[in-house]
Amino acid sequence: MFDFLDSGQYDVLGAFWVTVQLTLYSAAGSLIWGTALAGMRVSPVPLLRGFGTAYVNLVRNTPLTLLIIGCSLGLNQTLGIALGGSTFKEIGFRLAVLGFIAYTGTFVCEALRSGINTVPVGQAEAARALGLSFFQVLTLIVLPQAFRAVVAPLANVLIALTKNTTVAAAIGVAEAALLMKEMLENEPQALFAVFAVFALGFVLLTLPTGLLLGWVAKRVAVKR
Amino acid sequence: MKISKAAAAAAIAVALSLTATACGGSKQDAASDGGASGGAKDKLVVGIKYDQPGLGLKTPDGKFTGFDVDVATYVAKELGYQPDQIEFKQAPSAERENLISNGDVKFVVATYSINDKRKEKVDFAGPYFLAHQDLLVRADDTSITKAEDLNKKKLCSVTGSTSAQNVKTKLAPEADLLEQGGYSECLTGLENKAVDALTTDNSILAGYAAQEKNKGKFKLVGLSLSNENYGIGLKKGDKELQTKINAALKKMVEDGSWQKAVDKNLGPANFKSEPAPQITEGS
Repeated sequence: MFDFLDSGQYDVLGAFWVTVQLTLYSAAGSLIWGTALAGMRVSPVPLLRGFGTAYVNLVRNTPLTLLIIGCSLGLNQTLGIALGGSTFKEIGFRLAVLGFIAYTGTFVCEALRSGINTVPVGQAEAARALGLSFFQVLTLIVLPQAFRAVVAPLANVLIALTKNTTVAAAIGVAEAALLMKEMLENEPQALFAVFAVFALGFVLLTLPTGLLLGWVAKRVAVKR
Repeated sequence: MKISKAAAAAAIAVALSLTATACGGSKQDAASDGGASGGAKDKLVVGIKYDQPGLGLKTPDGKFTGFDVDVATYVAKELGYQPDQIEFKQAPSAERENLISNGDVKFVVATYSINDKRKEKVDFAGPYFLAHQDLLVRADDTSITKAEDLNKKKLCSVTGSTSAQNVKTKLAPEADLLEQGGYSECLTGLENKAVDALTTDNSILAGYAAQEKNKGKFKLVGLSLSNENYGIGLKKGDKELQTKINAALKKMVEDGSWQKAVDKNLGPANFKSEPAPQITEGS
Protein backbone atom coordinates (compact mmCIF):
# COMPACT_ATOMS: atom_id res chain seq x y z
CA MET A 1 0.00 0.00 0.00
CA PHE A 2 2.89 2.34 0.75
CA ASP A 3 5.27 0.99 -1.89
CA PHE A 4 5.10 4.28 -3.84
CA LEU A 5 7.29 5.75 -1.09
CA ASP A 6 10.07 3.31 -1.83
CA SER A 7 10.15 3.94 -5.59
CA GLY A 8 12.62 6.80 -5.08
CA GLN A 9 10.51 8.92 -7.41
CA TYR A 10 9.26 11.28 -4.73
CA ASP A 11 11.33 13.36 -2.35
CA VAL A 12 8.85 13.56 0.51
CA LEU A 13 11.40 14.74 3.07
CA GLY A 14 12.66 17.42 0.68
CA ALA A 15 9.13 18.70 0.15
CA PHE A 16 8.49 18.87 3.88
CA TRP A 17 11.82 20.65 4.31
CA VAL A 18 10.54 23.38 1.99
CA THR A 19 7.40 23.51 4.14
CA VAL A 20 9.56 23.96 7.23
CA GLN A 21 11.62 26.68 5.57
CA LEU A 22 8.50 28.51 4.42
CA THR A 23 7.14 28.30 7.96
CA LEU A 24 10.32 29.53 9.66
CA TYR A 25 10.93 32.50 7.35
CA SER A 26 7.27 33.49 7.46
CA ALA A 27 7.12 33.07 11.24
CA ALA A 28 10.16 35.29 11.79
CA GLY A 29 8.85 37.89 9.36
CA SER A 30 5.32 37.93 10.71
CA LEU A 31 6.55 38.20 14.30
CA ILE A 32 8.40 41.41 13.36
CA TRP A 33 5.61 42.77 11.18
CA GLY A 34 2.94 41.78 13.69
CA THR A 35 4.79 43.52 16.53
CA ALA A 36 5.12 46.65 14.42
CA LEU A 37 1.40 46.51 13.63
CA ALA A 38 0.52 46.05 17.30
CA GLY A 39 2.70 49.06 18.12
CA MET A 40 0.80 51.08 15.54
CA ARG A 41 -2.57 50.00 16.86
CA VAL A 42 -1.82 51.18 20.41
CA SER A 43 0.22 54.24 19.42
CA PRO A 44 -0.92 57.77 20.27
CA VAL A 45 -0.68 58.85 16.61
CA PRO A 46 -4.17 58.69 15.01
CA LEU A 47 -2.79 58.14 11.49
CA LEU A 48 -0.77 55.08 12.55
CA ARG A 49 -3.71 53.74 14.56
CA GLY A 50 -5.96 54.18 11.56
CA PHE A 51 -3.52 52.46 9.23
CA GLY A 52 -3.02 49.56 11.65
CA THR A 53 -6.74 49.03 12.10
CA ALA A 54 -7.48 49.29 8.40
CA TYR A 55 -4.64 46.98 7.43
CA VAL A 56 -5.47 44.30 9.99
CA ASN A 57 -9.16 44.27 9.17
CA LEU A 58 -8.56 44.26 5.41
CA VAL A 59 -5.84 41.62 5.23
CA ARG A 60 -7.15 39.38 8.00
CA ASN A 61 -10.48 39.07 6.20
CA THR A 62 -9.01 38.37 2.78
CA PRO A 63 -8.73 34.67 1.90
CA LEU A 64 -5.10 33.59 2.03
CA THR A 65 -5.32 31.87 -1.35
CA LEU A 66 -6.36 35.18 -2.84
CA LEU A 67 -3.37 36.96 -1.26
CA ILE A 68 -0.87 34.34 -2.43
CA ILE A 69 -2.21 34.13 -5.97
CA GLY A 70 -2.42 37.91 -5.97
CA CYS A 71 1.28 38.03 -5.12
CA SER A 72 2.07 35.75 -8.04
CA LEU A 73 -0.37 37.04 -10.67
CA GLY A 74 -0.40 40.69 -9.63
CA LEU A 75 3.09 41.43 -8.34
CA ASN A 76 5.14 39.05 -10.44
CA GLN A 77 3.38 38.27 -13.68
CA THR A 78 1.68 41.60 -14.23
CA LEU A 79 4.00 44.12 -12.55
CA GLY A 80 7.20 42.08 -12.99
CA ILE A 81 8.30 42.30 -9.34
CA ALA A 82 10.73 39.44 -8.63
CA LEU A 83 12.05 40.29 -5.13
CA GLY A 84 15.58 39.65 -6.37
CA GLY A 85 14.88 36.11 -7.50
CA SER A 86 15.81 35.00 -11.00
CA THR A 87 14.06 31.64 -11.38
CA PHE A 88 10.42 30.90 -10.68
CA LYS A 89 11.54 28.65 -7.86
CA GLU A 90 13.16 31.55 -5.99
CA ILE A 91 10.54 34.09 -6.97
CA GLY A 92 7.70 31.81 -5.94
CA PHE A 93 9.25 31.07 -2.57
CA ARG A 94 9.92 34.72 -1.79
CA LEU A 95 6.50 35.86 -2.96
CA ALA A 96 4.90 33.16 -0.83
CA VAL A 97 6.87 34.26 2.24
CA LEU A 98 5.81 37.86 1.55
CA GLY A 99 2.17 36.80 1.34
CA PHE A 100 2.37 34.72 4.51
CA ILE A 101 4.01 37.57 6.44
CA ALA A 102 1.37 40.03 5.28
CA TYR A 103 -1.39 37.64 6.36
CA THR A 104 0.01 36.05 9.52
CA GLY A 105 1.26 39.42 10.77
CA THR A 106 -2.33 40.49 11.36
CA PHE A 107 -2.97 37.51 13.63
CA VAL A 108 0.28 38.08 15.52
CA CYS A 109 -0.76 41.72 15.94
CA GLU A 110 -4.15 40.84 17.36
CA ALA A 111 -2.68 38.23 19.71
CA LEU A 112 -0.13 40.76 20.95
CA ARG A 113 -2.78 43.42 21.40
CA SER A 114 -4.69 41.09 23.67
CA GLY A 115 -1.41 40.52 25.55
CA ILE A 116 -0.95 44.26 25.93
CA ASN A 117 -4.39 44.38 27.54
CA THR A 118 -3.20 41.98 30.26
CA VAL A 119 -0.57 44.49 31.41
CA PRO A 120 -2.11 46.64 34.15
CA VAL A 121 -2.64 50.26 33.05
CA GLY A 122 -0.79 51.44 36.16
CA GLN A 123 2.49 50.09 34.77
CA ALA A 124 2.31 52.24 31.65
CA GLU A 125 1.23 55.21 33.74
CA ALA A 126 4.10 54.73 36.15
CA ALA A 127 6.54 54.42 33.26
CA ARG A 128 5.21 57.61 31.70
CA ALA A 129 5.50 59.35 35.06
CA LEU A 130 9.19 58.41 35.07
CA GLY A 131 9.51 60.36 31.83
CA LEU A 132 9.82 57.45 29.40
CA SER A 133 8.68 58.10 25.84
CA PHE A 134 5.89 56.07 24.24
CA PHE A 135 8.44 53.95 22.40
CA GLN A 136 10.33 53.24 25.61
CA VAL A 137 7.14 52.41 27.51
CA LEU A 138 6.16 49.99 24.78
CA THR A 139 9.50 48.24 24.29
CA LEU A 140 10.79 48.23 27.87
CA ILE A 141 7.67 47.85 30.00
CA VAL A 142 4.61 46.69 28.08
CA LEU A 143 5.75 44.39 25.25
CA PRO A 144 8.06 42.16 27.35
CA GLN A 145 5.16 41.38 29.65
CA ALA A 146 2.68 41.14 26.79
CA PHE A 147 4.83 38.59 24.93
CA ARG A 148 5.02 36.35 27.97
CA ALA A 149 1.24 36.37 28.20
CA VAL A 150 0.62 35.42 24.56
CA VAL A 151 3.01 32.53 23.97
CA ALA A 152 0.12 30.07 23.76
CA PRO A 153 -1.96 32.15 21.30
CA LEU A 154 1.18 32.72 19.21
CA ALA A 155 1.74 28.96 19.15
CA ASN A 156 -1.72 28.62 17.64
CA VAL A 157 -0.82 31.20 15.01
CA LEU A 158 2.38 29.30 14.25
CA ILE A 159 0.54 26.01 13.87
CA ALA A 160 -2.02 27.65 11.61
CA LEU A 161 0.85 29.13 9.59
CA THR A 162 2.49 25.72 9.21
CA LYS A 163 -0.67 24.33 7.68
CA ASN A 164 -1.36 27.49 5.68
CA THR A 165 1.95 27.06 3.83
CA THR A 166 0.19 24.43 1.71
CA VAL A 167 -1.47 27.32 -0.10
CA ALA A 168 1.92 28.14 -1.65
CA ALA A 169 1.41 25.10 -3.89
CA ALA A 170 -1.05 27.26 -5.82
CA ILE A 171 1.83 29.38 -7.12
CA GLY A 172 4.17 26.46 -7.66
CA VAL A 173 6.34 26.46 -4.54
CA ALA A 174 7.63 22.89 -4.31
CA GLU A 175 6.41 22.13 -0.79
CA ALA A 176 4.45 19.22 0.62
CA ALA A 177 1.05 20.02 -0.88
CA LEU A 178 2.53 20.36 -4.36
CA LEU A 179 4.21 16.99 -4.08
CA MET A 180 0.94 15.54 -2.86
CA LYS A 181 -0.83 16.81 -5.98
CA GLU A 182 1.87 15.26 -8.12
CA MET A 183 1.56 11.94 -6.30
CA LEU A 184 -2.22 11.96 -6.57
CA GLU A 185 -1.87 12.45 -10.31
CA ASN A 186 0.50 9.48 -10.62
CA GLU A 187 -0.75 7.10 -7.95
CA PRO A 188 -4.53 7.07 -8.11
CA GLN A 189 -4.55 3.51 -6.77
CA ALA A 190 -3.02 4.69 -3.47
CA LEU A 191 -5.16 7.81 -2.97
CA PHE A 192 -5.78 7.40 0.74
CA ALA A 193 -2.27 6.21 1.49
CA VAL A 194 -0.91 9.40 -0.09
CA PHE A 195 -3.32 11.50 1.96
CA ALA A 196 -2.32 9.62 5.08
CA VAL A 197 1.40 10.21 4.55
CA PHE A 198 0.91 13.95 4.20
CA ALA A 199 -1.61 14.20 7.03
CA LEU A 200 0.88 12.39 9.24
CA GLY A 201 3.68 14.67 8.08
CA PHE A 202 1.77 17.74 9.19
CA VAL A 203 0.84 16.16 12.51
CA LEU A 204 4.53 15.45 13.08
CA LEU A 205 5.34 19.09 12.36
CA THR A 206 2.60 20.73 14.37
CA LEU A 207 2.15 18.46 17.38
CA PRO A 208 5.66 19.00 18.85
CA THR A 209 5.31 22.75 18.18
CA GLY A 210 2.14 22.84 20.21
CA LEU A 211 3.53 20.73 23.06
CA LEU A 212 6.80 22.65 23.27
CA LEU A 213 5.25 26.10 23.16
CA GLY A 214 2.52 25.03 25.59
CA TRP A 215 5.25 24.13 28.05
CA VAL A 216 7.08 27.40 27.39
CA ALA A 217 3.85 29.34 27.88
CA LYS A 218 3.43 27.84 31.35
CA ARG A 219 7.04 28.59 32.26
CA VAL A 220 7.16 32.23 31.22
CA ALA A 221 3.65 33.43 32.06
CA VAL A 222 3.55 36.39 34.43
CA LYS A 223 1.54 35.25 37.45
CA ARG A 224 -0.81 37.97 38.50
CA MET B 1 13.05 5.81 2.11
CA LYS B 2 13.38 3.59 5.11
CA ILE B 3 11.17 5.71 7.32
CA SER B 4 8.20 4.75 5.20
CA LYS B 5 7.98 1.34 6.89
CA ALA B 6 7.82 2.90 10.33
CA ALA B 7 5.49 5.61 9.19
CA ALA B 8 3.18 3.16 7.46
CA ALA B 9 1.65 1.72 10.61
CA ALA B 10 0.79 5.10 12.06
CA ALA B 11 -0.38 6.35 8.69
CA ILE B 12 -2.84 3.50 8.28
CA ALA B 13 -4.72 4.75 11.31
CA VAL B 14 -5.09 8.14 9.67
CA ALA B 15 -6.02 6.49 6.38
CA LEU B 16 -8.76 4.47 8.02
CA SER B 17 -10.38 7.51 9.55
CA LEU B 18 -10.12 9.30 6.21
CA THR B 19 -11.74 6.46 4.30
CA ALA B 20 -14.45 6.16 6.91
CA THR B 21 -15.47 9.78 6.51
CA ALA B 22 -15.10 9.68 2.74
CA CYS B 23 -17.43 6.69 2.46
CA GLY B 24 -20.05 8.31 4.64
CA GLY B 25 -20.07 11.43 2.51
CA SER B 26 -20.29 9.73 -0.84
CA LYS B 27 -23.13 7.43 0.14
CA GLN B 28 -25.22 10.44 0.99
CA ASP B 29 -24.34 12.00 -2.33
CA ALA B 30 -25.37 8.92 -4.25
CA ALA B 31 -28.63 8.78 -2.38
CA SER B 32 -29.50 12.39 -3.08
CA ASP B 33 -28.59 12.05 -6.75
CA GLY B 34 -31.30 9.45 -6.95
CA GLY B 35 -30.20 6.65 -9.22
CA ALA B 36 -26.62 7.10 -10.35
CA SER B 37 -26.29 3.39 -9.93
CA GLY B 38 -29.87 2.57 -9.07
CA GLY B 39 -32.16 0.58 -11.31
CA ALA B 40 -34.42 3.44 -12.41
CA LYS B 41 -33.42 4.63 -15.85
CA ASP B 42 -34.28 8.28 -15.42
CA LYS B 43 -30.97 10.05 -14.91
CA LEU B 44 -27.47 9.39 -16.14
CA VAL B 45 -24.67 11.00 -14.12
CA VAL B 46 -21.56 11.75 -16.15
CA GLY B 47 -18.32 13.18 -14.82
CA ILE B 48 -16.73 15.99 -16.86
CA LYS B 49 -14.32 18.85 -16.30
CA TYR B 50 -15.95 22.20 -15.59
CA ASP B 51 -12.97 24.38 -16.34
CA GLN B 52 -11.52 23.43 -19.70
CA PRO B 53 -12.76 25.52 -22.60
CA GLY B 54 -13.27 23.50 -25.76
CA LEU B 55 -13.39 20.21 -23.86
CA GLY B 56 -15.55 20.45 -20.78
CA LEU B 57 -16.71 23.86 -19.62
CA LYS B 58 -19.56 25.03 -17.44
CA THR B 59 -20.64 28.41 -18.73
CA PRO B 60 -21.83 31.12 -16.33
CA ASP B 61 -25.46 30.42 -17.30
CA GLY B 62 -25.14 26.80 -16.22
CA LYS B 63 -24.83 25.17 -19.65
CA PHE B 64 -22.10 22.74 -20.59
CA THR B 65 -20.03 22.98 -23.75
CA GLY B 66 -17.00 21.30 -25.24
CA PHE B 67 -15.81 18.22 -27.05
CA ASP B 68 -15.97 15.93 -24.00
CA VAL B 69 -19.52 17.11 -23.39
CA ASP B 70 -20.47 16.34 -27.01
CA VAL B 71 -18.92 12.88 -26.77
CA ALA B 72 -20.69 12.23 -23.46
CA THR B 73 -24.00 13.38 -24.91
CA TYR B 74 -23.58 11.17 -27.98
CA VAL B 75 -22.66 8.11 -25.92
CA ALA B 76 -25.58 8.77 -23.59
CA LYS B 77 -27.91 8.93 -26.58
CA GLU B 78 -26.64 5.54 -27.75
CA LEU B 79 -27.24 4.18 -24.25
CA GLY B 80 -30.82 5.39 -24.47
CA TYR B 81 -30.74 8.67 -22.58
CA GLN B 82 -32.11 11.94 -23.89
CA PRO B 83 -29.95 15.05 -23.35
CA ASP B 84 -32.26 16.26 -20.57
CA GLN B 85 -31.71 13.01 -18.69
CA ILE B 86 -27.98 13.59 -18.40
CA GLU B 87 -26.67 15.13 -15.24
CA PHE B 88 -23.11 16.43 -15.43
CA LYS B 89 -20.99 16.23 -12.33
CA GLN B 90 -17.62 17.88 -11.84
CA ALA B 91 -14.75 15.38 -11.96
CA PRO B 92 -11.45 17.05 -10.96
CA SER B 93 -8.38 15.03 -11.95
CA ALA B 94 -7.56 13.70 -8.49
CA GLU B 95 -11.12 12.56 -7.79
CA ARG B 96 -11.98 10.76 -11.02
CA GLU B 97 -11.16 7.24 -9.82
CA ASN B 98 -13.13 7.64 -6.62
CA LEU B 99 -16.18 9.12 -8.33
CA ILE B 100 -16.26 6.07 -10.57
CA SER B 101 -15.58 3.36 -8.00
CA ASN B 102 -18.06 4.87 -5.51
CA GLY B 103 -20.75 4.87 -8.18
CA ASP B 104 -21.23 8.63 -8.01
CA VAL B 105 -20.97 8.78 -11.78
CA LYS B 106 -21.74 6.18 -14.44
CA PHE B 107 -18.74 7.17 -16.52
CA VAL B 108 -16.18 9.96 -16.80
CA VAL B 109 -15.36 11.88 -19.98
CA ALA B 110 -12.76 14.35 -18.75
CA THR B 111 -9.49 14.44 -20.75
CA TYR B 112 -8.81 11.15 -19.01
CA SER B 113 -5.59 9.65 -20.39
CA ILE B 114 -5.51 5.87 -20.34
CA ASN B 115 -2.59 4.47 -18.35
CA ASP B 116 -1.73 1.35 -16.39
CA LYS B 117 -1.81 2.85 -12.89
CA ARG B 118 -5.30 4.18 -13.51
CA LYS B 119 -6.40 0.83 -14.91
CA GLU B 120 -5.76 -0.68 -11.49
CA LYS B 121 -8.76 1.27 -10.19
CA VAL B 122 -11.03 1.74 -13.19
CA ASP B 123 -11.69 0.38 -16.68
CA PHE B 124 -11.64 2.47 -19.82
CA ALA B 125 -13.63 2.51 -23.03
CA GLY B 126 -12.17 4.04 -26.14
CA PRO B 127 -9.84 5.84 -26.67
CA TYR B 128 -11.94 8.47 -28.38
CA PHE B 129 -9.21 11.05 -28.89
CA LEU B 130 -5.46 11.14 -29.32
CA ALA B 131 -3.83 14.23 -27.86
CA HIS B 132 -0.16 15.19 -27.63
CA GLN B 133 1.66 17.36 -25.17
CA ASP B 134 2.33 20.61 -26.97
CA LEU B 135 3.29 24.23 -26.34
CA LEU B 136 1.27 27.40 -26.54
CA VAL B 137 3.23 30.58 -27.27
CA ARG B 138 2.42 34.18 -28.12
CA ALA B 139 1.30 34.50 -31.74
CA ASP B 140 4.37 36.56 -32.72
CA ASP B 141 6.94 34.33 -31.00
CA THR B 142 9.07 32.26 -33.36
CA SER B 143 11.94 31.41 -30.98
CA ILE B 144 10.50 28.09 -29.84
CA THR B 145 10.31 25.33 -32.41
CA LYS B 146 11.41 22.23 -30.53
CA ALA B 147 11.45 20.92 -26.96
CA GLU B 148 15.16 21.71 -26.43
CA ASP B 149 14.46 25.40 -27.01
CA LEU B 150 12.68 25.37 -23.68
CA ASN B 151 15.86 24.98 -21.65
CA LYS B 152 16.49 28.71 -21.68
CA LYS B 153 12.84 29.71 -21.50
CA LYS B 154 10.25 30.38 -18.86
CA LEU B 155 7.53 27.79 -18.98
CA CYS B 156 4.20 27.42 -17.24
CA SER B 157 2.05 24.42 -16.46
CA VAL B 158 -0.41 23.22 -13.86
CA THR B 159 0.74 22.00 -10.43
CA GLY B 160 1.40 18.28 -10.38
CA SER B 161 0.15 17.64 -13.91
CA THR B 162 1.74 14.95 -16.05
CA SER B 163 2.88 17.61 -18.51
CA ALA B 164 4.74 19.51 -15.80
CA GLN B 165 6.43 16.31 -14.65
CA ASN B 166 7.40 15.46 -18.25
CA VAL B 167 9.17 18.78 -18.58
CA LYS B 168 11.01 18.39 -15.28
CA THR B 169 12.19 14.84 -15.86
CA LYS B 170 12.52 14.45 -19.62
CA LEU B 171 11.83 17.25 -22.04
CA ALA B 172 13.72 20.25 -20.69
CA PRO B 173 15.08 19.81 -17.15
CA GLU B 174 16.74 23.23 -17.25
CA ALA B 175 13.64 25.14 -18.22
CA ASP B 176 12.41 27.60 -15.62
CA LEU B 177 9.11 25.94 -14.80
CA LEU B 178 6.31 27.79 -13.07
CA GLU B 179 3.53 25.57 -11.73
CA GLN B 180 0.24 27.41 -11.33
CA GLY B 181 -3.09 26.30 -10.00
CA GLY B 182 -4.83 26.48 -13.36
CA TYR B 183 -4.20 27.16 -17.03
CA SER B 184 -5.96 30.53 -16.89
CA GLU B 185 -3.29 31.82 -14.49
CA CYS B 186 -0.64 30.64 -16.95
CA LEU B 187 -2.36 32.53 -19.77
CA THR B 188 -2.10 35.77 -17.77
CA GLY B 189 1.64 35.26 -17.48
CA LEU B 190 1.97 34.34 -21.13
CA GLU B 191 0.11 37.44 -22.22
CA ASN B 192 2.22 39.68 -19.97
CA LYS B 193 5.45 38.03 -21.13
CA ALA B 194 6.25 36.77 -17.64
CA VAL B 195 6.38 33.30 -19.16
CA ASP B 196 7.29 32.28 -22.71
CA ALA B 197 5.27 29.13 -23.16
CA LEU B 198 2.45 27.13 -21.67
CA THR B 199 2.54 23.36 -21.92
CA THR B 200 -0.08 20.65 -21.65
CA ASP B 201 -2.17 18.51 -24.03
CA ASN B 202 -2.72 20.19 -27.39
CA SER B 203 -6.48 19.68 -27.09
CA ILE B 204 -6.59 21.73 -23.89
CA LEU B 205 -4.32 24.41 -25.36
CA ALA B 206 -6.44 24.59 -28.49
CA GLY B 207 -9.51 25.04 -26.33
CA TYR B 208 -7.98 28.10 -24.67
CA ALA B 209 -6.61 29.53 -27.91
CA ALA B 210 -10.03 29.11 -29.51
CA GLN B 211 -11.78 31.16 -26.82
CA GLU B 212 -13.33 34.35 -28.12
CA LYS B 213 -11.27 36.63 -25.83
CA ASN B 214 -7.98 34.96 -26.77
CA LYS B 215 -8.41 34.87 -30.53
CA GLY B 216 -5.24 35.82 -32.42
CA LYS B 217 -3.13 36.20 -29.27
CA PHE B 218 -1.64 32.73 -29.02
CA LYS B 219 -0.62 29.88 -31.27
CA LEU B 220 0.19 26.21 -30.88
CA VAL B 221 3.75 25.21 -31.76
CA GLY B 222 2.58 21.84 -33.06
CA LEU B 223 4.93 19.45 -31.31
CA SER B 224 4.08 15.89 -30.30
CA LEU B 225 5.91 15.57 -26.99
CA SER B 226 3.81 12.68 -25.71
CA ASN B 227 0.82 10.55 -26.64
CA GLU B 228 -2.28 10.89 -24.52
CA ASN B 229 -5.11 8.55 -25.39
CA TYR B 230 -8.27 9.92 -23.85
CA GLY B 231 -10.60 7.18 -22.70
CA ILE B 232 -13.98 7.06 -21.01
CA GLY B 233 -13.50 5.88 -17.46
CA LEU B 234 -16.00 3.43 -16.02
CA LYS B 235 -16.39 1.02 -13.15
CA LYS B 236 -13.88 -1.79 -13.09
CA GLY B 237 -15.31 -5.01 -14.51
CA ASP B 238 -18.37 -3.48 -16.17
CA LYS B 239 -17.76 -5.23 -19.51
CA GLU B 240 -21.30 -4.65 -20.70
CA LEU B 241 -21.11 -0.86 -20.39
CA GLN B 242 -17.60 -0.88 -21.86
CA THR B 243 -18.82 -2.76 -24.98
CA LYS B 244 -21.79 -0.43 -25.35
CA ILE B 245 -19.68 2.71 -25.05
CA ASN B 246 -17.11 1.37 -27.50
CA ALA B 247 -19.89 0.68 -29.99
CA ALA B 248 -21.25 4.19 -29.47
CA LEU B 249 -17.81 5.73 -30.03
CA LYS B 250 -17.34 3.69 -33.21
CA LYS B 251 -20.68 4.85 -34.49
CA MET B 252 -19.89 8.46 -33.61
CA VAL B 253 -16.75 8.35 -35.74
CA GLU B 254 -18.46 6.56 -38.62
CA ASP B 255 -21.43 8.91 -38.95
CA GLY B 256 -19.23 12.00 -38.91
CA SER B 257 -20.47 13.44 -35.61
CA TRP B 258 -17.01 12.95 -34.13
CA GLN B 259 -15.28 15.12 -36.73
CA LYS B 260 -18.05 17.70 -36.48
CA ALA B 261 -17.56 17.92 -32.71
CA VAL B 262 -13.80 18.34 -33.07
CA ASP B 263 -14.19 21.08 -35.67
CA LYS B 264 -16.83 22.90 -33.67
CA ASN B 265 -14.95 22.92 -30.34
CA LEU B 266 -11.27 23.02 -31.26
CA GLY B 267 -11.32 24.18 -34.88
CA PRO B 268 -11.07 27.95 -34.39
CA ALA B 269 -7.47 27.63 -33.12
CA ASN B 270 -6.28 26.10 -36.41
CA PHE B 271 -5.88 22.87 -34.51
CA LYS B 272 -5.02 20.01 -36.85
CA SER B 273 -6.47 17.02 -35.11
CA GLU B 274 -5.51 13.52 -36.03
CA PRO B 275 -8.14 11.06 -37.17
CA ALA B 276 -10.04 9.25 -34.45
CA PRO B 277 -7.86 6.61 -32.76
CA GLN B 278 -8.57 2.89 -32.99
CA ILE B 279 -10.51 1.52 -30.07
CA THR B 280 -8.13 -0.61 -28.05
CA GLU B 281 -9.77 -1.08 -24.66
CA GLY B 282 -11.85 -4.10 -23.84
CA SER B 283 -11.64 -5.79 -27.21
